[in-house]
Amino acid sequence: MHEMGIANSVLDAVRAEQLRFPSGHIHKVGVRIGELAGVDPDAMSFCFEALVRDTELEPLALEIEFCPRRFQCHACGHSYAASRDDFACPECAMPDVQFLGGDELEIAYLEVEDGARAAGA
Amino acid sequence: MERVPLERKVLNENDRIAAGLRERFAQHNILCLNLISSPGSGKTSLLERTLESFDRSERVAVLTGDIQTENDAKRLARFGFPVKQITTGGTCHLDARMIERALFDWSLEDIDLLLIENVGNLVCPSSYDLGEAAKLVVLSVTEGEDKPLKYPSIFFKSQLLILNKIDLLPYVPFDIAAAEQNSRSVHRDMEIVRVSCQTREGLAEWLAWLDRKRGALRSAAAAAAS
Repeated sequence: MHEMGIANSVLDAVRAEQLRFPSGHIHKVGVRIGELAGVDPDAMSFCFEALVRDTELEPLALEIEFCPRRFQCHACGHSYAASRDDFACPECAMPDVQFLGGDELEIAYLEVEDGARAAGA
Repeated sequence: MERVPLERKVLNENDRIAAGLRERFAQHNILCLNLISSPGSGKTSLLERTLESFDRSERVAVLTGDIQTENDAKRLARFGFPVKQITTGGTCHLDARMIERALFDWSLEDIDLLLIENVGNLVCPSSYDLGEAAKLVVLSVTEGEDKPLKYPSIFFKSQLLILNKIDLLPYVPFDIAAAEQNSRSVHRDMEIVRVSCQTREGLAEWLAWLDRKRGALRSAAAAAAS
């Protein structure tokens, strides 16, 4: 269970960004979690809510974008999300594919109150 | 409401420290390997067999992580190489800062091979870069052959799968071919060795893998120096 530490890292980033937008409030943080990131989205949400409760960060929402494993076929160029036990290209069945993504653990965006950015800049 | 793109890694502080470690390991031509498995898969036994195979002149060091106790460091120290226990006190994985702290009084000039035994856990250690050249995953035949499908992250990120306790295969319903196939369905190019730390079967193959990696690093260092 390392989602608490992961959620804490997200909140550290939010706090750092809040300093850049002192006049506005950050309402939402968008996080990308890949299928291969080893982070459970539900546990992450649970920890996030627990850490935010009764702090200056309230109200702060977490939006998780779950990213499946994605590949591109070298033979036909088709890009696709792979099923759990098969890499092969669903279009041409060739196994020669390149890994495109699915191990993301990234903060994608923040939602800040209108005007906050100009005021903070 | 305004949406501000951030586009940064959640663990960028850990990644920053890990990048610093990786650079220091490269400067000193150290091969650093991060061993990960569930509790009881035999990481410490594998390290015991590995250390006992080395000549005392080998420049090998071990960091071993556990939530509590110094037991593993005690087991490993008797081979005469530098060993340090990292007790995390509850944390379920090692992170780059723990490695940085543990290395503070070791002189990296004296190390060629740094073996890190992570906390027994197939999930959380996979998220934390320790500056290693490769992650290695140990899976024992008393677990299940579907572990790679259940824990795809660590199998995806590991370069080598060490299938341990193969001496027990006659006694457990473990389909080793399925385990290998499952791990390759998560990580197509997974390298695999089968070992028993009890009978020592397959250990030569593991040590040869280690030798190849160390040789490749030495060749790269010599080429860079010339």
